[in-house]
Formats: sequence, structure tokens, C-alpha cells
Amino acid sequence: MITLSCEEVRREISNYLDDDMSPRMRRLLEVHLEQCRKCAVLLDSTHNVLVLLADEHRFELPAGFSLRMRHMLAKEFEKAKS
Amino acid sequence: MQNTLVRESENDRILEGERELIAEILAGNHERYYELIAPIERRVYYTAYAILRTEADAEEVSQEAILKAFRGLRTFRGEAKFSSWLLSIVGNEARMRLRRRREVSLELLKSPDNEGEYTPIELAEWREIPIEALAQKELAARLEEALAALPEIYREVLILRDIDELNIAETSAALEITVPAVKTRLLRARLMVRDYFVSRSWARHTGLRKAQP
Repeated sequence: MITLSCEEVRREISNYLDDDMSPRMRRLLEVHLEQCRKCAVLLDSTHNVLVLLADEHRFELPAGFSLRMRHMLAKEFEKAKS
Repeated sequence: MQNTLVRESENDRILEGERELIAEILAGNHERYYELIAPIERRVYYTAYAILRTEADAEEVSQEAILKAFRGLRTFRGEAKFSSWLLSIVGNEARMRLRRRREVSLELLKSPDNEGEYTPIELAEWREIPIEALAQKELAARLEEALAALPEIYREVLILRDIDELNIAETSAALEITVPAVKTRLLRARLMVRDYFVSRSWARHTGLRKAQP
């Protein structure tokens, strides 16, 4: 059976997290991960950092953003009518 | 995780709903444009912000793009989602402004995609980013720090994909780069931001969770 090198696994980590690979590649990668602690650690720590980024709700819209946008559009709608 | 069929039919439903809404707006019911914009205004803003990095510019560009999309709504082909279309307009506008500002930094020129393999830091033991160990405020500061430390081309792809949660195709459209380029940059960006965390002394071990795709 063909196996993947650590380097090949590393190249696919991002695709793996995005679930963006063939079932065959996924199987190969998972076989490698079961046997290679180093790569498993790399995958898990990368995944964890991304979870932190995605979870972070500090990325808010500036105060009043929606309101200002609506004002701007209201003016445009007025123009469009006339 | 949803299966592909469910996702596809959901997608069709969204497209159908959008088409109806757009038809109404075009028929003169302009106020309903708000409904089209509201669910994605946050993503619009962060797409602009990812590229421009200043709040005022990001807001202006968001408004311009939203306006442009309204004026050009008749030209929108309902084959893709409205959000993808709008986000690609935002990406274009933001990059045009960036060029005008002549802020294409040297940093960007110095970090092409093909500078070879990126080798992530190796860890000898199980480690995890200790979410509980950091106060929320500190965590936010660390994340900001980690993002700021990334070269521009990696930061923008990471923000669009992992914070804005655009898909690969939308990210590609917003940045006007190819899908393979998005993937290459994304891999590098993710490994770099991960390294930023694991290399810091405040990021010490507790337990481990298995990564699920």
C-alpha cells in the first residue's frame, strides 16, 4: 500500500481541515496520522488555533455601521424613484 | 457534517429565495434590498477590512460596493449566490483603493507564493492552545497580534476564509486570485498563525482534542 510522507501530509493539512480532498487521499492521510504522532500534533494544534480564530466574536461591525448604510441607501432609493 | 445532497438542495432554496427577492427589488420595491444585504453586511465589511486594514476605508468601500451592487442589480446573473457576487465587488473595490493609496507594501512583494515549502515548528509532546488559561481579553489581544504578524497576502486570505467564513471560491473571487493560489496561501497562513501560537510561552499544554474535518 502506498503511504504518504510527513511532507505530503503537511501539504494536505489545510485541505484536510476544509474537507477538500478525495476519499482515497483522506484514507491515506488518516492512516499516516494514526501512526505519526508528529503529524497528528501538527494537525490538532493547527485546528485548535483556527477554532479560536473562528470563535472569536470580537470581530464586530463598527458602531452605527448598519444605520449609516441604511441612510446611504435611503438616499439612493429616493433618487431612483424620481 | 451535512451530506452534499442536503447542502445542494439548501443552496437551491437560497438561490430561489434570492431570485424572488431580487425580482421584487427590480420591480421597484427598493426597500427590500436591505433584506438582501443584512445577512452579509458583516462579511462585506470584513472583506474590505481584510484588504484595507483601516476601519474608515473599509466602511467607505463597503458602502460603495453595496451601492454599486444595487445599481447593477439588473446585471446580476442568479447562477451564483448574491453574496458571492457582492463580495467579489467588495474585493475589487478594496484592491482598487489599495492601489490608489499605493500601500502595496514591500512586505507583500517579499512574500510570493512560491518561496518553497513552509516547515512548521515541530512539537515533541502533545500540546494544545490553552483556551481556559487565557483571559478572553488577553486571547483577543493575542489573536490580533498573531494576525498582525502575518504578511499581507496571508493575513487577507486567512481573515476571509477562517474569520469571515467565505468558501474557497468566494475567497478566490474576492481576492482575484486563482483557487489553487487561495489553497497554497491558506495552507501557509494557517501553519504560520499556528506557529505563532505554539512558539509563545503563554501557549502551553493542556489536554488534546482530536481535529475533525
